[in-house]
Amino acid sequence: MDVKDIIKPENLVYEKTKVLTKTTMHYCPGCSHGVAHRLIAEVIDNLDIQDKAIAVAPVGCSVFAYNYIDIDWQEAAHGRAPAVATGIARTNPDKVVMCYQGDGDLASIGTAEIMHACNRGEDIVVIFINNGIYGMTGGQMAPTTLVGQVTSTTPCGRDTALNGYPLKITELIAQLPGTSYVTRQAVHTPAAIRKTRKAITKAYENAMAKKGTAFVEIVSTCNMGWKMPPVEANAWMEENMFPFYPLGDMKNSEKGAVEECYKQN
Amino acid sequence: MAKVKGAVVVDKEECKGCGLCVVACPYDVLAQNKQVNSRGYHFSFMENPDNCIGCTNCAVVCPDTCITVYRVKL
Repeated sequence: MDVKDIIKPENLVYEKTKVLTKTTMHYCPGCSHGVAHRLIAEVIDNLDIQDKAIAVAPVGCSVFAYNYIDIDWQEAAHGRAPAVATGIARTNPDKVVMCYQGDGDLASIGTAEIMHACNRGEDIVVIFINNGIYGMTGGQMAPTTLVGQVTSTTPCGRDTALNGYPLKITELIAQLPGTSYVTRQAVHTPAAIRKTRKAITKAYENAMAKKGTAFVEIVSTCNMGWKMPPVEANAWMEENMFPFYPLGDMKNSEKGAVEECYKQN
Repeated sequence: MAKVKGAVVVDKEECKGCGLCVVACPYDVLAQNKQVNSRGYHFSFMENPDNCIGCTNCAVVCPDTCITVYRVKL
């Protein structure tokens, strides 16, 4: 059978979701942000909540996310996305609010905001992209940078005597009683991407059911910041990031379930 | 022999030539073209179209969502 006979509308099995706009993303080739954006768009499409989804864009590479996902967006100051999302969620209880943040945004300047938003148990979805580096500004060390990892501000590798230790923010958040679902996923292989899609779907369902904050960390690559080709960056992430940031669900309950939080940690 | 047959269409102007789909393909269908698109990227194309089973792995890993997948049962 010829390829031309297969390429017909009735045989279509996968196409770009309509929630994504036609704008070409400005991200570097192989960037995990592209996959994360598409997964969020597909989940919004599957759950049919395009009209009631509101998202808060962070500061970082994904600051232009409002150009790519066709839902309502609000831009927040650096690190303050969960605070802005709190306001939107409380004034619009019938909407689903998501904040999309990177590790420089969420784990460094916005640590106070995310901790308190999760502790208050705001009914929002938080997508946390962790690539261990400040990607947009040129690959500087972030709080999540691994020990010994070379960045532009730690050219000899991260030294714990000088720079302290990497921050496992997702483990901290899993201890808070306000959260309903805390998980860590990755987007480097087709299987991992399908799992992440399920996790984001569950996060949205929890937020819609007012169960508490749903937090999805996505361990991702920054191949330009790490100075590697995309395929090599994925292999490096598997080898070095996953032992320190193990994948899997950390919490799956409802807000207020204090016993379970203390039992798990 | 596979009982399904697939085909992929790569939007060659959208493709940034990251090569993730080439690695994700279980049947070595895709490869990076020696030619470049208008932005200078070596876009992906079907090098061995006969092997494709339409598993959608390439489309699922594509960060720029430039792959559309078709599949027929034989």
